[in-house]
Amino acid sequence: MVAAGVIALLKQPKRAAAAALSIGSLGVSLLISLIAFGHVLAGWANSLAVRETVNFTWIQFGSSTADLGWVLDPLSAVMIVMVCFVGLLIFIYSTGYMAHDENFTRFFCFLSLFAGAMLGVVIANSLLLLFMCWELVGLTSYLLIGFWYQKPSAAAAAKKAFLTTRVGDIFFFLGIVWLFAQTGTLLFYNHGFGSMEGFALAGLLTQHTNFGLTVAGAIGLLIFAGAAGKSGQLPLHVWLPDAMEGPTPVSALIHAATMVAAGVYLIARVYPLMSAGIPLIHTGEVTGTTAALTVVTWVGAATAVFAALIAVAQNDIKRILAYSTVSQLGYMMAGLGLGGVAVGMFHLITHAFFKALLFLGAGSVIHGCHEEQDIRHMGGLKADMPLTFATYAIGMLALSGFPLFFSGFWSKDGILEAAHSGAIQGPYYLLVFGALLTAFYMTRQVSYVFFGYWRGHHTAHESPRVMTVPLAILAFFAIALGVIGTPAWPWFRAFLNGRSAPFSLHGFAEPGLALLMITSSCVVLLGIGLGWWLYGNKSPKAEDPDVLEKAAPWLWAGLRDRLYVDEFYGVTFIAFYAWWARVADWFDRRVWGGIVALVTWLFGLWAQLNRLIDTYWVNGGFDKACEEISSSGGLLARVQNGRVQFYLRILAVAMIALAAILIWSSRA
Amino acid sequence: MIIASPLAAYLLVAALLFAIGLAGALTRRNAILVLIGIELMLNAANLNFIAFWRYGPHPEALTGMMFAIFSIAVAAAEAAVGLGLVIQIYRHARTTDLDQMNRMKG
Repeated sequence: MVAAGVIALLKQPKRAAAAALSIGSLGVSLLISLIAFGHVLAGWANSLAVRETVNFTWIQFGSSTADLGWVLDPLSAVMIVMVCFVGLLIFIYSTGYMAHDENFTRFFCFLSLFAGAMLGVVIANSLLLLFMCWELVGLTSYLLIGFWYQKPSAAAAAKKAFLTTRVGDIFFFLGIVWLFAQTGTLLFYNHGFGSMEGFALAGLLTQHTNFGLTVAGAIGLLIFAGAAGKSGQLPLHVWLPDAMEGPTPVSALIHAATMVAAGVYLIARVYPLMSAGIPLIHTGEVTGTTAALTVVTWVGAATAVFAALIAVAQNDIKRILAYSTVSQLGYMMAGLGLGGVAVGMFHLITHAFFKALLFLGAGSVIHGCHEEQDIRHMGGLKADMPLTFATYAIGMLALSGFPLFFSGFWSKDGILEAAHSGAIQGPYYLLVFGALLTAFYMTRQVSYVFFGYWRGHHTAHESPRVMTVPLAILAFFAIALGVIGTPAWPWFRAFLNGRSAPFSLHGFAEPGLALLMITSSCVVLLGIGLGWWLYGNKSPKAEDPDVLEKAAPWLWAGLRDRLYVDEFYGVTFIAFYAWWARVADWFDRRVWGGIVALVTWLFGLWAQLNRLIDTYWVNGGFDKACEEISSSGGLLARVQNGRVQFYLRILAVAMIALAAILIWSSRA
Repeated sequence: MIIASPLAAYLLVAALLFAIGLAGALTRRNAILVLIGIELMLNAANLNFIAFWRYGPHPEALTGMMFAIFSIAVAAAEAAVGLGLVIQIYRHARTTDLDQMNRMKG
């Protein structure tokens, strides 16, 4: 954040300084986060549940206080390492991607601000601090999406993003207020008195509200609404695809790895609230579910399938990835709802890496194809951009959940496993279908972009090393992170839940697990196979309709037009809002404006009256008086006529009068 | 009656003379006639002095007579001065009409 402030004061030409400051400060943050992580790791290794907090009172009103604070526990430790690391790679990438842009410095200013805010969200111990950083993240997202604000589509997309997340944030804020009112504290953990700790939760559970929900459940749902906005769950997902108007590093950082993950993180953070009432078994995993978690699961599963369906029919390389992100966020939410914090968070971490990889790869492709973004105008890039192809392929396989080697497989499998063991199997089937679609559309995209022959306008070229090196690093992690989540060594799950995690191949021997893994592998291979069979090396011309379009034109059109959600919103909410805005405008102009005009007219009248009084009465009176004085002066001047005899006469008369008065007064 | 005693009679005559002199000084246009009026007033005052001396407590002392002679001498001097002023005015304005001497008019 300090870097952001300093860069904001720098001038445009100082690009190197801006980039250095940003990357430097994020590097320092990374170091600090690694140290913190190490600390938590050490504590975990010694079987301690590490949860350190630093709280302080910010405002005191009456008997209650608004507290702020920071927390360091396994959850925040993994998040800060992830945010810093992925962020650092993206910052380095951006120096190459944005090299031609003249607003380089401003870009890094906003990026730094975003990174600061995101880290604030992750380490916040106070709902108030989290909300403040949450809003700040939303703001920087707005600034970055609308970075090229001269483009009307970019400005509109930024506004849409901000407003849509705002809708969610209103519910979030209501949840915060309610929670504060019920528990009296904003802190999550406060040595037993925080809102996520037993005392407060017990109080929340005993109270009930409408629809048979407990207060805990109701607050949880409100907070989920906020997360739904930020993480693009089903009704509020409309801003994410349009947010691709921003530069690709922005898409990678914000809309793949971090900001949208903030919603998932929020649910993980308030998980004790959402899961309040479920008895926890000793492994720290949930056995039952609450109303709030059920809603989370279903919304997540529905989002996963909905977005995946739309992604099949998109032609813009970034839009496919955007819908893929929405879909994967649905997976994460479903994972949280079904399997607990560890399951959802693991998918979040792996997704951050391979989605950032995919976005940066897409950016590399766009850069190499001279700002072309339509996949129907690409093709055959396997030969022209080999490094990008290799890393992109790794990312795509990870996303699809290709068996065994890639982290995506393990994380998605974790979610599917949790779904399978749930009471209702509905989400499981939805998520499996979603996995099929994911593999399918990613194969479609890869074959359009990298296979076949080149259909573009100019020749493509590979990207500079500053862009491909981060790709390689991310690809490595996309594979490597899988290791910490396999059933043989469930390190991640154990770390988050504070247990120990021995490495044992017996983990594979859990009942039903092998069947599940085989099922999901088959689904993935089926998806990839279908995609390859339909799109393979074919490279149809840009004007030709897609293979599936020929098969089912209505369905294709519907999917391509994003299932008309935006249009629906336009007709209902936005039309209503526009009408309301017009009414308000009329009211403002006519009624309030009328009152103002009336008052102005009255003032004018008063001013005229004053003028009249002034001119005729005051001035006139004054003038008259002066005239009188003048004329009386004139009169008096006649007394002084210079004639001696006249003076003497007056003197004589006066003396006679004086004598008379004296005689009479002495007589009387 | 006003003329109860010879003193009263003398005083009355003196008063009459004074009034006539005053009237003349205040109303005549000619400057010399104004001087005459002033002389007349002075003489009336003299008469008053003599009357009070003759019918006063010490008629044998020469007080009144001395006073009157002084007064006549002063009157003469003053008349001379006055005439000198009138001559100067005449030389300047070519007339003795007092109504026209209003250069001090304000």
